[in-house]
Amino acid sequence: MSTVFIAFQTNEDTRPIVESILADNPHAVLDEQPAMVKINAEGQLVIKRESIEERIGRSFDLQELQINLITLSGNIDEDDDQFTLAWKN
Amino acid sequence: MDMKANKKKLGLKEKYAHMTRGLDWETTYQPMDKVFPQATFEGIKIHDWEKWEDPFRLTMDAYWKYQAEKERKLYAVLDAFAQNNGHLGITDARYLNAVKLFLTGISPLEYVAHRGFAAAGRNFPGVGPRVACLMQSIDEIRHAQTQIHALSNYNKFYEGFHAGAAHQIERIWYLSVPKSFFDDAFSAGPFEWMIAIGFSFEYVLTNLLFVPFMSGAAYNGDMATVTFGFSAQSDEARHMTLGLECIKFMLEQDPDNLPIVQKWIDKWAWRGIRVLTLVGMMMDYMLPKRVMSWKEAWEIYFEQNGGALFNDLAKYGIKVPDCITQCTVDKEHISHQAWCTFYQYAHASAFHTWLPNAEEMDWLSAKYPNTFDKYYRPRYEQWREMADKGERFYNNTLPMLCQVCQIPMVFTEPDDPTKICYRESDYQGEKYHTCSDGCKHIFDDEPEKYIQAWLPVHQIYMGNCWPEGTDPTAEGFDPMAKVLEWYHIENGKDNLDYEGSGDQANFAAWRGAATQNT
Amino acid sequence: MAVKALSEYNFPAADTQDKFHGNQLLYVGWDDHLMFCAPFAYCLPPSTPFSELVEKHLPHSFGPHPDWAKVDVARIVWLKSGKPFVPDFNKTLAEQGLRHKDVLRMQTPGLNGNGTCS
Repeated sequence: MSTVFIAFQTNEDTRPIVESILADNPHAVLDEQPAMVKINAEGQLVIKRESIEERIGRSFDLQELQINLITLSGNIDEDDDQFTLAWKN
Repeated sequence: MDMKANKKKLGLKEKYAHMTRGLDWETTYQPMDKVFPQATFEGIKIHDWEKWEDPFRLTMDAYWKYQAEKERKLYAVLDAFAQNNGHLGITDARYLNAVKLFLTGISPLEYVAHRGFAAAGRNFPGVGPRVACLMQSIDEIRHAQTQIHALSNYNKFYEGFHAGAAHQIERIWYLSVPKSFFDDAFSAGPFEWMIAIGFSFEYVLTNLLFVPFMSGAAYNGDMATVTFGFSAQSDEARHMTLGLECIKFMLEQDPDNLPIVQKWIDKWAWRGIRVLTLVGMMMDYMLPKRVMSWKEAWEIYFEQNGGALFNDLAKYGIKVPDCITQCTVDKEHISHQAWCTFYQYAHASAFHTWLPNAEEMDWLSAKYPNTFDKYYRPRYEQWREMADKGERFYNNTLPMLCQVCQIPMVFTEPDDPTKICYRESDYQGEKYHTCSDGCKHIFDDEPEKYIQAWLPVHQIYMGNCWPEGTDPTAEGFDPMAKVLEWYHIENGKDNLDYEGSGDQANFAAWRGAATQNT
Repeated sequence: MAVKALSEYNFPAADTQDKFHGNQLLYVGWDDHLMFCAPFAYCLPPSTPFSELVEKHLPHSFGPHPDWAKVDVARIVWLKSGKPFVPDFNKTLAEQGLRHKDVLRMQTPGLNGNGTCS
């Protein structure tokens, strides 16, 4: 199984996003670096719109992720409700 | 009571379909192959452009909205940086030499990438990739502009920023390395460009360039660079995705595309890795506070992440590039070999160099247990001894260059780190020298292309690197002084050692003034 | 393989000898002395005697290394394109068949930067 990852700038916008990802992906591992937070996960990582909305108390468009995104790895599948990164092997 | 009109919004997938399809037409008064003359000559076969899918499903309206948001964030920080003497917040002005290398070596590439993606977008007959290339082209010029703008703040205070991103890339010996890399890609067809830059550079290598560098900038208190870096980096995830999508699309369209794509991956992985030698040196030597070693970054971003990527591509028949064995050896050497090169040619470089101090050498020993103490520490100790005697070593003769990567021939044999690696080829009665099996292989595959290389050392000897009107027969003519003038390097200010430089003295004085009232 | 191009692809080489104002390029490296990061590129008239190369040009470049003073030039082992080469010090570069962009390697057995190859 290969590792997928996603990294964001460390800031107030991304804090609830990172919290959501860690809650929704118990196998994910947090790696905090200067000014940057990286989340590694075996195989697959799912980001759910609803989980983020619960934390920020407003509606959230998953494309807003792009504002604070630094890098990612894996094949992407995105729709209105979730954003998935996966290596299918 | 008002009836609430529930205006249904389009879902992401529907919106993407509407805004990236059916936007073009079959031409009538010119045949399609005349309108898209570059679509087939490379041998790549595409049967159905409609199969192209952008996984981000980003449409132009959303693109403008999010890019505007990024710009607002960026300029808020740049204003704060300028208003609050942000330049005094960095760990040490020595750090800025990495930033000078970035401005002169990387920012111009952003501009070429802008042009290259505009050209690729123009030349692909499919609408999906055209939209994606258009966005990336606009991103890239934004990167060039924001980098130049952010770093102009340093130009107010420090040496070596005055020539900016435009002048030196065409001239300075070590900048011909990144320049020739992009020229090579841009002078190929649109599909090779996508594999070279979109896939190999953006997907496989860009993490090595930007992620540790920007994290390093943050660690060293460089708010300006972190901010443009992260602003640019937020676009990179999309670029990486475009590169990956492009390669999958080519491989799914026709089995005949596989050998062509594989050849390009092999070539461009090696070309890119050679260019990144400069980044390795920056990480291991130029950051006063270090985030991770080049070797560690290589292992995370190339070996692990690249490994996952190539596992995924194996289902199409793609193999890991041939150069991987050589790279595994090189990861423990190249940053040291590069820094040794700049140390001895510091008089001809547009930034300052220094010898690593005792604590830094111990860090390098710990990070490179197999190589540093054995091969590189003795060299630095010898140079320290020479410098202490007032005989700081400057190499006084021009080096031999590799015909392909254009780096001086500093790399050693894969099985013997004490021997320079010499490779040569004969083509049309002329000799051509390369630094490695990787570069020789690339030369031998397309010699017609690489015999045209603008090699800085040869150009100096031809007399092409002096200001206009220079008379080389004049009394007391000093060729190297004229070369520096032509480079726009101010001798004694922009070059030589950091120790004793104007940057060092000014930074100490200004920082002192910032904390005292006298 | 040839370059795949839209039309005929045939351009002159950038660094042929005629562009060097009567000179030729000669590369010289010194094995086991990596203090000099790369071999050197010299631009010299083909009529340069080999003795001038060894007595004037090489000492200028390699002189800063403490080992250089210990080199007995008569005992240097030379390689040209990796193969044994025995120069005649009294002949010019051209007379002993050294052509534009040839590469020479010097080996000085016993001298290797005190075992560090630096």
